[in-house]
Amino acid sequence: MAINRKISELKEKRKKVLMGGGEQAIEKQKAMGKRTARERIMSLLDENSFNEYDLFVEHDARDFDMDKKSLPSDGVIIGSGTIYGAPVAIFAQDFTVAGGSLGLMHSRKITKIMDHALKMRIPLIGINDSGGARIQEGVNSLAGYGEIFFRNTISSGVIPQISVILGPCAGGAVYSPALTDFVFVVDNISKMFITGPEVIKTVLGEEISMEDLGGARVHSEVTGNAHFFAKSEEECFGQIKKLITFIPWNNSRKALDFEPAEPKPEYNINKIVPEDPTLPYDVKDVIRAVVDNSDFFEIMELYAKNIVIGFGRMGGRTIGFVANQPLEMAGVLDVDSSDKAARFIRYCDAFNIPIITLVDLPGYLPGVDQEHAGVIRHGAKVLYAYSEATVPKLTVILRKAYGGGYIAMSSRHLRADFVFAWPSAEIAVMGPEGAANIIFRKEITSASDPDAMRKQKVEEYKAKFANPYVAASRGYVDAVIEPSETRKFLMHSIEVSGNKVVTMPDKKHGLPPF
Amino acid sequence: MSEEEKLGYLNIDTSLYKTRISNKFQKRKSYKPANPKIILSFIPGTVLDIMVKPGQQVKKGDDLMILDAMKMQNKLKCNMDGIVKLITVEKGAKVSKGTVLLELD
Repeated sequence: MAINRKISELKEKRKKVLMGGGEQAIEKQKAMGKRTARERIMSLLDENSFNEYDLFVEHDARDFDMDKKSLPSDGVIIGSGTIYGAPVAIFAQDFTVAGGSLGLMHSRKITKIMDHALKMRIPLIGINDSGGARIQEGVNSLAGYGEIFFRNTISSGVIPQISVILGPCAGGAVYSPALTDFVFVVDNISKMFITGPEVIKTVLGEEISMEDLGGARVHSEVTGNAHFFAKSEEECFGQIKKLITFIPWNNSRKALDFEPAEPKPEYNINKIVPEDPTLPYDVKDVIRAVVDNSDFFEIMELYAKNIVIGFGRMGGRTIGFVANQPLEMAGVLDVDSSDKAARFIRYCDAFNIPIITLVDLPGYLPGVDQEHAGVIRHGAKVLYAYSEATVPKLTVILRKAYGGGYIAMSSRHLRADFVFAWPSAEIAVMGPEGAANIIFRKEITSASDPDAMRKQKVEEYKAKFANPYVAASRGYVDAVIEPSETRKFLMHSIEVSGNKVVTMPDKKHGLPPF
Repeated sequence: MSEEEKLGYLNIDTSLYKTRISNKFQKRKSYKPANPKIILSFIPGTVLDIMVKPGQQVKKGDDLMILDAMKMQNKLKCNMDGIVKLITVEKGAKVSKGTVLLELD
C-alpha cells in the first residue's frame, strides 16, 4: 500500500528532525542543567496537547557556506497546546541547533505563531534560549527581531504574553521579553543583557561575571526586568501554570472563575496590624486573611519589596492586589515601587481584573538619589495608572495614608469605586509629628519646654486628625469598617461592580510618564 | 517576620518607622556637590592624548585631554581659568567612569 510507504517516510523524516542538534549537543545542554526545547514544551503543556507546526522548515542562507549546513527546524519549535485546558500558543528556541541563533526562517516561525496567537486571541508563551542573532544571515536576522518586537507591541494588552528565559538572551533579543507582560527566570540558567561581559571588559575594562551582570537574581532583585524567580525549570513551569489560571485568555474575556473558598482561620485579620503606625507587619498576611484559601500569588516578590503586587481570588474571581508593605522600607513609594505598581495596575486594567488596594504608607522616600532618579515622573505613573484604569477599583485604608501617598494609592479622588477605612486609619496631610512641627512652630519654639510642648501638640493633632472620620465626613471614605468586615465589604463591592461603565474622552492614546 | 529579626528605622517627616532597610537604600551614595577643579572621566574609555603639563597656565575652553570612548574621540575642555596642578593618568590609560583625570588650581 502506497500510503503506508508514505507514512513511514514521514515518520523517518520526523525522527531525524526531532533529534534537534543531535546527541552531542543534547548532552551539552543537559550538562548545563537545561532541558531540551521539546522537553520544556512537554512539561509545560497538558499531556498530549501539543500540536507542532513548521517542523520541516529550513533556512535558506547561502553565504559563509551556510548552504552546506542543515539546521533542523531552524532552531525553534512552535505550536499550540493547552495548560489546564486553556489554549496557548508557544515557541521554544532550541539551543542544540546552532545555539538557538535567530535567522530569518527561525524568526518567521516565531512570528507565525505570534500571528496565530493574536488572531485566535489566546495567550502566547515564548521560551528563550538563544545565542542571539545568526551572524551569517546578517541584516535578515535583524529584520527577524524587528518583526517579533513589532508583534509583541501590537499584541500587548490584547493577549497575555509570557516570556521564559531558559538560557542566554542577549543583545537585541532581550527586547522581546521586555515588551511582554511577564518574564520568568531560573537561577543559574537565565542570562539577559544588552552587552555581555566580554564586550564590557574590552571596551571599558570592567570585569564582571555573566551571573552578576544579568543572571536571574539580578533581574529579579535589581533591575526589575523579571517577574518570577525560580530555582529550577520545574519550579518555573509550576509558576507559569499557576499564572495561567489567574488570567483571562484575552482582553475581551474575564479570567475563569474558581470554586469559592474561605480564607484559612490562622490569618486573624484583627491581630495583624499593630496600633502604633510606626510599627511593621507583613501586609501579605492581610491579603491572605481576605482571599480564598489564603492563596496569594505574588509577582515581583524580590523587587521593590516596599510594595506588594499579585493575584488572589475572592468568591472564586481573580483580583489584582496592590499593597504598601510596612515591613520593607516602611512601605514608602519610591522610584522602583511606583514603577512596579503602575505597570501591574495597567496589566489588571487591560485584562479586566478588578484591583484591590491596601493602603498603609508614610509617603514618599526622601533623598537626593530619589529626586535625581526622577521620583517625580516615576511616582506620577501610579497616579496615571490608577486614574486611567476603568476596572473596578476598591481601596482599603488599613492605617497610615499621608499626603501625596494617600492621593496616589487609589484614592476616591482618582476614582476608586469604593474606599473603605479601618478604625485604625489615619488619613492626613502628613504624619502627626511633621504636621505639629509646622503648624505649631511658634508655640513650640516659644515654649519654656519646647519638647513637652511639641509632644502635647503632636497628641492634639493626632486626636483631631489621625483618624478616618475627617475623610469620612467629606465622603472621601465610603465606610469605616471593622477589619473582620473587610472580606464581606470587598466581595459585595466586586459583586455590584460587575457591570461597571466608565466613559472616557476620545483620544488616540494618553501620554503616561514613561 | 521572625521575632528575632533586627529591623532598622526609617525617618519620614520626622517620624521614625521600624522596618527592614533595603540593600539599595543602604548602598546609596551620599550626595557631593561637583568640584569644578577636579576633572573626572564622564564616560569609561582610554586616554588618547594629554595636551597639558603640570604647572601650565590654562584658560577656560582650552583642550586638556582626548578621551577615546565608544568609537568617539572626546576632547576634554577646561571649564575655568587656572593652573594644572596634577595629572593623575598617563597616556594610554584605560579609565572607568568617574576616574579623576586632572586637578586644576
